Amino acid sequence: MQDTLVKSDVLKGGEYLIKPSKPEDTFIPEQINEEQQMIKETVKDYVYNEIVPKVLRLEKQEEGLSVELLRKGADLGLLGSHMPEIYGGMEMDTNTNTLICETLGPAGGFTVSFAAHTGIGMLPILYFGSEDQKAKYLPGLISGELQASYCLTEPSSGSDALAAKTRADLSEDGTHYILNGQKMWISNAGFADIFIVFAQVDGDKFTGFIVEKGLDGLTLGAEELKLGIKSSSTRQVFLENVKVPKENVLGEIGKGHLIAFNVLNIGRFKLCALSLGGAKASATTGIQYANERKQFKQPIANFGAIKYKIAQQAIRLFASESALYRVSNLIQEKNKEEMAKGASFAEAKLIAAEEYAIECALLKISGSEALDYVVDETLQIHGGMGYSEEGTAARAYRDSRINRIYEGTNEINRLLSVNMLLKKAMKGQLDIVGPAWAVQKELSSMPSFDKLEGAYAEETKAVEDFKKLILMVAGGAAKMQMDGKLDLRDEQEIIMNVSDMLLDLLEAESTLLRVQRLAEMDTKFDQDVYDAILKTFITDVTAKMNKNATDALVSFVEGDLLRTFLMGVKRFTKYTPTNVKAARRKIANTMIEANEYCF
Amino acid sequence: MKILVCVSKAPDTTTKIAFNADGTALNKDGVQYIMNPYDEWYALVRALELKEAAGGSVTIINVGPKENDTVIRKGLAIGADNAVRINSNGGSAMYIAKQIAEYAKGESFDVVITGKETIDENRSEVGAMLAEFLDMPFISYASKMDVAGNTATIDRDIEGGTETVEVDTPFVLSAAKGLAEQRIPNMRGIMMAKRKPLNVVEAVAFDDLVVPVHYELPPAKSAVKLVDPENMDELVRLLHEEAKAL
Repeated sequence: MQDTLVKSDVLKGGEYLIKPSKPEDTFIPEQINEEQQMIKETVKDYVYNEIVPKVLRLEKQEEGLSVELLRKGADLGLLGSHMPEIYGGMEMDTNTNTLICETLGPAGGFTVSFAAHTGIGMLPILYFGSEDQKAKYLPGLISGELQASYCLTEPSSGSDALAAKTRADLSEDGTHYILNGQKMWISNAGFADIFIVFAQVDGDKFTGFIVEKGLDGLTLGAEELKLGIKSSSTRQVFLENVKVPKENVLGEIGKGHLIAFNVLNIGRFKLCALSLGGAKASATTGIQYANERKQFKQPIANFGAIKYKIAQQAIRLFASESALYRVSNLIQEKNKEEMAKGASFAEAKLIAAEEYAIECALLKISGSEALDYVVDETLQIHGGMGYSEEGTAARAYRDSRINRIYEGTNEINRLLSVNMLLKKAMKGQLDIVGPAWAVQKELSSMPSFDKLEGAYAEETKAVEDFKKLILMVAGGAAKMQMDGKLDLRDEQEIIMNVSDMLLDLLEAESTLLRVQRLAEMDTKFDQDVYDAILKTFITDVTAKMNKNATDALVSFVEGDLLRTFLMGVKRFTKYTPTNVKAARRKIANTMIEANEYCF
Repeated sequence: MKILVCVSKAPDTTTKIAFNADGTALNKDGVQYIMNPYDEWYALVRALELKEAAGGSVTIINVGPKENDTVIRKGLAIGADNAVRINSNGGSAMYIAKQIAEYAKGESFDVVITGKETIDENRSEVGAMLAEFLDMPFISYASKMDVAGNTATIDRDIEGGTETVEVDTPFVLSAAKGLAEQRIPNMRGIMMAKRKPLNVVEAVAFDDLVVPVHYELPPAKSAVKLVDPENMDELVRLLHEEAKAL
């Protein structure tokens, strides 16, 4: 499935902010091939025939059931779809793996067990394990014989993960490390055979270890009582003088942060895919209820207030999904490029995910917040029935909430996205100074009043303007920082504004590229439905951009400069609003007619 | 054991069925196709089980146009060794049976299996006609089949019970529910499918004797009326006056 063509002009991480993209450079879900379609059907069968019917048993934490279902997934080849063939994996490409993840989404809390095992559990060994460690553990993890968990968080270190207190000290005979400490919120802890544990060697060298179940001194806390994802096992892991053989050090001593952070990049990306899959299923239950439920002698789907909710769900999911598959394709191209240069399968995967760490952080926010929006509105459409545990809306609502918290809270991911971007700029990997300067110059010239012509010209212009706006705000802040007038480390509010703008841009441009591409294809629906999605989304984003830019600017600029910048805000948010009511009705009616999320 | 499984495609079970303006054919707009479940779940899977137990090969065959390759490759992904498509736009059951027989007669299959029917037109005809063309015995509606040596013991669903028969190979069998359990194609199977041979053979000339002239949808079901359990008189009145059931 890996095709060997390598494109040379693939966007680098963060570059979407400063460079244009062509529709043909992206990948859209409507493009999946016959084989990917078959894979999707298999995953759907697995989710709806094996997992969904057992949700209530899973929620009660029935002994052995999660492992049994993971093993069924292994039989289908799903646990190793992203792993090397020599260990029993399938080596499928990134886009196919994204599709698999998304299709697993409706499996609720079970997806947490699945993702903890295949992602943060397995990837540290693939990325950083020695050949011996890979040969020892990966085949079992891929076949489902072994289950994995990832132990990073501690009671006193969550977002500040490197401040972990768990210690590792070399034994006197030099053959073992002795681990002492406490890990918290550990997914899969209840049934894991392998724990990826982070500890400070000699108290200050943050390092990864592979710790096997059954070692003396390794004990588990009780199952946590959680708001949602009750299907998944979450426990504390206690380490009291646990003797871990020296061969089980993962990667280099003192380089644990590389493992912890790199594994999270792809984890965030996958969280977006899982969230969107779950959200689509949730949206479908809402639409079906709206079609069935009659009030005032008609289905509530007939009412504008409900149509708005249905359309808005579709728009957000469509936009987030467009960004997800666009980034998926970038990661895939980077992967191929690295392998063509001679990198191993694991190295290429690691480098590709790291390259797009900014986009992965943004996607994590995008997917989790789209999901939260969708489950909330699905519950609202259900009214009182939504509040009852009899249906699925209440559980979906509870399950969703964790996604804004784990794999780095959305606040941490917002900070990270901007910090990584600025760091890339400082290192000279991303030229935002030049483009930012060009925008400054443009501000002092007359705006162009040329009439825009051609399909999607207005939307293309809007997206170009969003880029200018972000460069103006971020460039302005960076300049103040360099002049010593601003310390962005103390200005998280401004960073939040900028990261929101970065995400809105990523989604807006990806949606535009997808809709342009759909215009050239034989599609399921008339193009005007896709146009309605695009235009409504760009209208919404224009207003958000305006607000975020204004909020940021008034926080750190004053006087004449502020006036100039605010004129810039006006100039760069000029998109002519579409008739959003009519557009939303068109989108909602398409979904109501299909009786499901259908894009 | 050399087994031939005949597979057809059918509209997905969630399809909203509509016919063209003069009612002579299905309106194919937006219709998603699947492999006929009786062929996939029972005929093919039982064939694979027999091969796994005693060796041999499983070939799937379809009579249809190139678009059917998607359905055929699913069969390969589930585990068939190779596939044959008789290139044609299809026709009556007799036409299909004739095409399959023309291919099969030179291949000395031990067992030929069809689904008991295709879920779109429910004709249940191909198996019997194929047996006739191949001059083989035919066993319909098989819900269980064991093979020892050259002899198969087969349970057939009959009204209110089961009939057990014995038959020597070669024979033609139509598969009913119970013969096997559905298999989901795994990732490896899907990846392997495109490397397995799918041979395309041109159809032989055959004049169709049966031509469909008209299709019609059943009358739409009217809305359900709910009657309060306390109001039995109203129920009786409705059953008498409206439903005319009393």
